[in-house]
Amino acid sequence: MPPARTLRILVAKPGLDGHDRGAKIIARALRDAGFEVIYTGLHQTPEMIAETAIQEDVDAIGLSILSGAHNTLFPAVLRLLREKGAGDVAIFGGGIVPPEDIARLKAEGVREIFTPGASTDDIVGWIRANIAPRGD
Amino acid sequence: MSAHPKPTDAPRTPRFSTISDMEIAPLYGAEDLPPRDAIGRPGEFPYTRGPYPTMYRGRPWTMRQFAGFGTARDTNARFKFLLSQGQTGLSTAFDMPTLMGYDADHPRALGEVGREGTAVSTLDDMTELFAGIDLGAVTTSMTVNCSASVILAMYFAVAERQGVPMTALGGTIQNDMLKEFIAQKEWISPPEPSVRIIVDMIEFCTREAPRFHPVSISGYHIREAGSTAVQEVAFTLADGIGYVEAAVARGLNVDQFGPRLSFFFNLHNDFLEEVAKLRAARRLWARIMRDRFGATNPRALILRTHAQTAGCSLTAQQPLNNVVRVAIQALAGVLGGVQSLHTNSMDETLALPSEQAVMVALRTQQIIAEESGVTNTADPLGGSYAVEALTSRIEAEADEYIRQIDAMGGIVRAIELGFPQKEIAEAAYHFQRQLDRGEKVMVGVNKYQMGDEPPIDILRIDPELEERQAACVRAFKAARDEACAHARLDAVRSACRDGANLMPPLIAAVKDGVTLGEICDVYREEFGVYRDPAWL
Repeated sequence: MPPARTLRILVAKPGLDGHDRGAKIIARALRDAGFEVIYTGLHQTPEMIAETAIQEDVDAIGLSILSGAHNTLFPAVLRLLREKGAGDVAIFGGGIVPPEDIARLKAEGVREIFTPGASTDDIVGWIRANIAPRGD
Repeated sequence: MSAHPKPTDAPRTPRFSTISDMEIAPLYGAEDLPPRDAIGRPGEFPYTRGPYPTMYRGRPWTMRQFAGFGTARDTNARFKFLLSQGQTGLSTAFDMPTLMGYDADHPRALGEVGREGTAVSTLDDMTELFAGIDLGAVTTSMTVNCSASVILAMYFAVAERQGVPMTALGGTIQNDMLKEFIAQKEWISPPEPSVRIIVDMIEFCTREAPRFHPVSISGYHIREAGSTAVQEVAFTLADGIGYVEAAVARGLNVDQFGPRLSFFFNLHNDFLEEVAKLRAARRLWARIMRDRFGATNPRALILRTHAQTAGCSLTAQQPLNNVVRVAIQALAGVLGGVQSLHTNSMDETLALPSEQAVMVALRTQQIIAEESGVTNTADPLGGSYAVEALTSRIEAEADEYIRQIDAMGGIVRAIELGFPQKEIAEAAYHFQRQLDRGEKVMVGVNKYQMGDEPPIDILRIDPELEERQAACVRAFKAARDEACAHARLDAVRSACRDGANLMPPLIAAVKDGVTLGEICDVYREEFGVYRDPAWL
């Protein structure tokens, strides 16, 4: 069996706020763990994120949201990916998200949401266990 | 040597270091003290021991809790609650669209209106925010940066409606764009036009509103982004140097505008490091103002600062523990000699604070001020071997960073090169790895964890608020004299182009119904939009 292709992951920072400490730490930790990582930079719209994900042909998108706008932004990215035929890109995220919102977002298709205190090792481990390269 | 040394001989760990990973000696002594004149006396150069001779014996610090959520009406009610509980100054949090220069009805505002602060798009919103509060009797701090010029214009217009002259207005507007590029990352235009707007505001306030602080040079966000204590001091003072240079280049007199500059620092967990950091920052700034800029007015040499306990130190896990963290951090601020203080609420990692959590946070300050006894004498930690040694070391290391920034051509060039941004990201990653390895401890997060925790009640923002607020903006625009508003906006555009001070046309514009988003659109068109370099 050929070795699995390296996962390509887009770390994305949607919304208007500039809290990119977490996004940058995660991007760097994922890169150090051997994944191919693309970081969008700040202030991205859902449209920009979906477009970048498709252009860069990523397997997963990690969204970092600390502004309280998660109930708007996660579903928007999910919907846009489905509309563009890339509904199989896995969406996960991190930020300040109350438990009941996490349950609802997962029901809508977000694979996992990490909250403050999650270690980079937890996140890397979860990706290894749950994300596979997308088929060609 | 014994194979089993006595417990008192064996260090618990081979290396002791602060939360910033600054190595700490087993013991400090008289040999670690700096020359006597580097310590000095409170209220005397170099102000290591505090800006005023009597410190809190004369007047305690201003207790200023940052508040803002939902609509202006919601926040107005919170302000009145805080004032009724003994708070002595106001501090306003705006929502993300306001902070980024978008009205509530803009598509980019979707999902963000009223969530992280209060929504202000129009002069009506600003008027409602301060309804029933005499702006001549309170001092107001406003945390806003790239759209600060518009908010300040609105504040002056509200004061005029209340009949309060600009000369009677006291307060602070954060308005520190350099730290935005370095750390908080909320911007409209590139650094140079951003600094020009700030100098317009310094110039205007020095002349027209002499009790108002037109910029609060902020290390808070630098620290929250993951910097060390030394980096917080270094990059903050480097930003300060950038503003002073720009104002001097405009022809302003450093002894006149210097006293209008104020600062804002973080208060993190490492108690002695934080006390030392504040003392080091004061000493270094006094020396910079005297030696680099030739200031002679003592009030221009003094670093006066607000401080806030570290949001990034709070944990979602076992949130009651945050009350203890905040108390320790606030005590460090008081022993470090701050002039104004915000204590975070225990639930702030989860949402905007609830009323009960805000109350405990305010009471924490009142307990320090009125029960602990630490306010009875000025700078009680002055002369402590450990504190003085750390003070000298933080000053020296921060000074070395400032030299590096000077060698790059100044702070704007350093920002363009990504220097402070990369240094901070490196420190943040280093700390995260230390946490992951258990070398640094966050109680309840990587040590002493508990299983399922009962949820605590948090503040929820009504999801329908957004549409109501957007409708208010549309109704406000529909009711104004359209031709007049356009003429006012054109005057703002002309000032952007010809370099005239922006504040007079801004005040005229907001009074005649021009919105915050419309003015910021002019900034976007005239000065361009800054793009995040997206360094990793």
